[in-house]
Amino acid sequence: MKLTGAEIFIECLKREGVKTVFALPGGVVLKIFDTLHQQKDIEVILTRHEQGAGHMAEGYAKATGKAGVCLVTSGPGMTNVITALADAYMDSVPLVCFSGQVPTSFIGNDAFQEADNVGLSRPCTKHNFLVKDVNDLAATIKEAFYIATTGRPGPVLVDIPKDVSMAKAEFTYPNSVSIRGYNPTYEGNKWQIKQAAEAIMKAKKPILYVGGGVIFSGASQELLELAEMTQIPVDMTLMGLGAFPGEHLLSLGMLGMHGTYQANMAMHYSDLVIAIGARFDDRVTGKVSEFCPYAKVIHVDIDPTSIRKNIHVDIPIVGDCKTVLRELNQILRATVNGEQKDLRKPWWDQIREWQQAHPLTYHQEKDGPIKPQQVVKRLYELTKDRDPIVSTDVGQHQMWAAQYFKLAKPNRWLTSGGLGTMGFGFPAAMGAQAAFRDRLVLCIAGDGSIQMNMQEMATAVVNKLPVKIIILNNGFHGMVRQWQDLFYEGRYASSYLDTTPDFVKLADAYGAVGLRVKKVGDLDAVLKEALATDKPVIVDVPTYPYENCYPMIPAGGCNHEMILEDPPELKKKQSGAAKVTPEDKDTVLTA
Amino acid sequence: MEHIISVTVENKFGVLSRVAGLFSGRGFNIESLSVAPTLDPSMSQMTIVTSGDERIIEQIVKQLNKLIDVIKVVDLNETEFVSRETAIIKVHTKDADRAEALRIVDIFRANVIDSTPSTYTIEVSGDPKKIEAIINLLQPLGIKDLVRTGRVAVAREPVRPVAMQAKKVARD
Repeated sequence: MKLTGAEIFIECLKREGVKTVFALPGGVVLKIFDTLHQQKDIEVILTRHEQGAGHMAEGYAKATGKAGVCLVTSGPGMTNVITALADAYMDSVPLVCFSGQVPTSFIGNDAFQEADNVGLSRPCTKHNFLVKDVNDLAATIKEAFYIATTGRPGPVLVDIPKDVSMAKAEFTYPNSVSIRGYNPTYEGNKWQIKQAAEAIMKAKKPILYVGGGVIFSGASQELLELAEMTQIPVDMTLMGLGAFPGEHLLSLGMLGMHGTYQANMAMHYSDLVIAIGARFDDRVTGKVSEFCPYAKVIHVDIDPTSIRKNIHVDIPIVGDCKTVLRELNQILRATVNGEQKDLRKPWWDQIREWQQAHPLTYHQEKDGPIKPQQVVKRLYELTKDRDPIVSTDVGQHQMWAAQYFKLAKPNRWLTSGGLGTMGFGFPAAMGAQAAFRDRLVLCIAGDGSIQMNMQEMATAVVNKLPVKIIILNNGFHGMVRQWQDLFYEGRYASSYLDTTPDFVKLADAYGAVGLRVKKVGDLDAVLKEALATDKPVIVDVPTYPYENCYPMIPAGGCNHEMILEDPPELKKKQSGAAKVTPEDKDTVLTA
Repeated sequence: MEHIISVTVENKFGVLSRVAGLFSGRGFNIESLSVAPTLDPSMSQMTIVTSGDERIIEQIVKQLNKLIDVIKVVDLNETEFVSRETAIIKVHTKDADRAEALRIVDIFRANVIDSTPSTYTIEVSGDPKKIEAIINLLQPLGIKDLVRTGRVAVAREPVRPVAMQAKKVARD
C-alpha cells in the first residue's frame, strides 16, 4: 500500500522507537502535523519557540541516551532551531531535527518562509539531508537516526519539502544502514591499549580525566572498575559530571576554569593523564603550552579529530570508551597488585593535602544575604535521595551547580558546555521530564538566562511537566559582572539586569507556582514546599549580587595558578556592599 | 608546508560546499581545488592543494574523513606522486610577436588551440613552475586572459622488479 510522505515519516519514527516529538507547526509542515494529530503512538509537545523544541530534544536525549526528535517549519522555524543544533553539535548530543521546506519546485525562488535549511545547518550538524523524492524518505530517516546515534553522536537535520510530505510512495523501512564514507571505530587498537596499560602500571602520579564521552558510551561502570582497581583519582569535565560518583573518595570533582583546587593541581603535576571521552577544551587546558607539563597523555576518544587537536598525545586510542575500557580493565585485572597503591601513596598524600588546603568555600552569615552556593548545597542535600535530574543554564549558577551538586549517576546532568547556551536549562529540563514523567527534574538557573526561554513555561504548564526551577537571582549577568570586576575595573557594562521581572508573579501568570525565599532562614522551607508541588514551580531566590565563583583560572592562564578568592581591592570595594539586600541594588550601583 | 590531498567523495549535490565549508570554518588554507567525477559516476575525485604544519595537515585529513560524504582521503605527500596543472592563456600578438609566441609555445610543448589575427589562445600543462615560467615569458607580449585548472595529482605505482613487469606485459 502506498503512504504519503507524512505517513512514512510517522512510520519511520515509530520504528525508531520515538515516543515524543518537540514541535512547532508552520505552513509547509502542516501535512505532517495533520497526520501526527490522527495517531496516538507519538506524543507531540507543542513548544512556544523552536529553540525551546531543540533544547527539549537535547534534554530528552541526554537523560535517556536515545536520539531526541524535534520538528520545525521552514524559514524562521529553521533559523530559530539553529542555536539548539549548534549546542547539540558542540556537546555531541544525538538529535534528529526535521524541518519543513517549501515545495521542491519553489526552492531557490525566495518563496515565502524559504531558507536554505541544509546550507544554514551545515556547520552545526553532524550531517544533513534534503529529501527531494518521497521514495528516498524512509531510507534517509533511517540514515539520519543511524548517524545521529552512532560514533560520536550529534545532531542530524532532515529537510522535507512540502510536496514530498504530500506525495505517495511504497513504504519499506530498511533493516540496516551502510554508508561507505561512515564507519566509526569502536574497537580500540589492541597494541595501543596494551601500551596504555603498561603506562598506567608504571605511573606514580596518574590522573583520570573523563568527559561526556563516558556518559554517551555508557561506560560509567567500566570507569568505576578502572579507578577502584588502580586507585587513580578522577577529574571530571563539566560534561562528564555524573560519569563517576561525585561523592566517591577517588573523585576530585570538576576540573577546568572553575574546577576544584585539587582537580586542577592534580592535572598540572600529574605524570600520566588518562583522558577518556574528553576533548581538551580550552576551558580545561588553560594555556596549552604549559598544560600538564610533566605528563604523558593517553587519549581515548571515538572521534579521531579530537585526538591531537589541541594538545600532543603520546598514546592515542581511537575507539568507544566502553569497549576500550573493558579491554583495558581486562589487561589490568591480571597485572594490578598491591604495589601500585604503595607507589602512589605520596601522590595521594599530596592530593589530600591540596584538598584540605583549599576546599570549595563560601561564607554564609546567619542573617546575611543568601549566598548562591548555600542554595545549591541545600538543594542537593534535600533532593539527593530522590536521584534527581538537574539542568542548568550558563554562567555563575552553572559553575556553582557543577561544584556543589554532586551527581551519583550518569544521565542526570543537563548542561550546555561547548556552546555555552543561555536559555538551555529550562527547556532541557522539560525534555527530560517528558521522558521521565515520575522523576524529579530540577533546573538551576540565573535570572539572566532563564529569561532567554521563559516562554516555554506555557509549554510546561499545558503539558504538565512539573519542572522545579530555582533561580539564583542576583540581578546581574553574574559571570559577566565577575569578569568586569576582575578584568574591567568594575565597570558593569550591560551586565546589570535590575530585579525585573517579578518571577513569582510571572509564574502565576503562566498558571505555574511561584515562590520566593526572603531570607536564608526560609530557604529549606521554601525549597521543600517547591519539591512537594506537582506543578511547574519557580523558586525565586534573591542572592548576594557580588558573590564570585572560585577557584578561577583566568582565560589563557595555567592550571596551577588559580584565583582562590576576591583580590584585596575587590574585597575592599565590596565590603560596603556586603549588607545590601537585593532590593537596594540600585543604591549600591549609584553609590 | 604544501600538501596535496586527494579526496574521494560521493557525487552528490552539496558535497563541495561541505568540503569548502570545512576549510573556511576551521581556518584551513585552500590554494587550489579541482573536482570531477571518477570512472564510477557515483563518486567524484577532489584534489586539494593546501598548506600547514604537520598538526594542521593531520587535522585536515581527519576532519575530511569525518565528513559523511567523504569516502577516502589520501595525503599524497606521504607517497611519491605525479601532478599536473593546465593553463589556458590568451595572448595579444602583433605581427612581429606572432612568431615569438609560437617559439615559446614550441619550447614549452604547449599548443595553440585558438587563433585570431590579433590573439593566440595557448594551452599548456605541467607542474606549477613550468606554468609560471611560460606566463613570465608571455607576459611581455600582453596576456589578455588567463585561467588555470588548479593541480590534479595521482600517487605513483610502486616500481616492481623487472621480472614481474615482464610477466605483466606478456599477459597483456
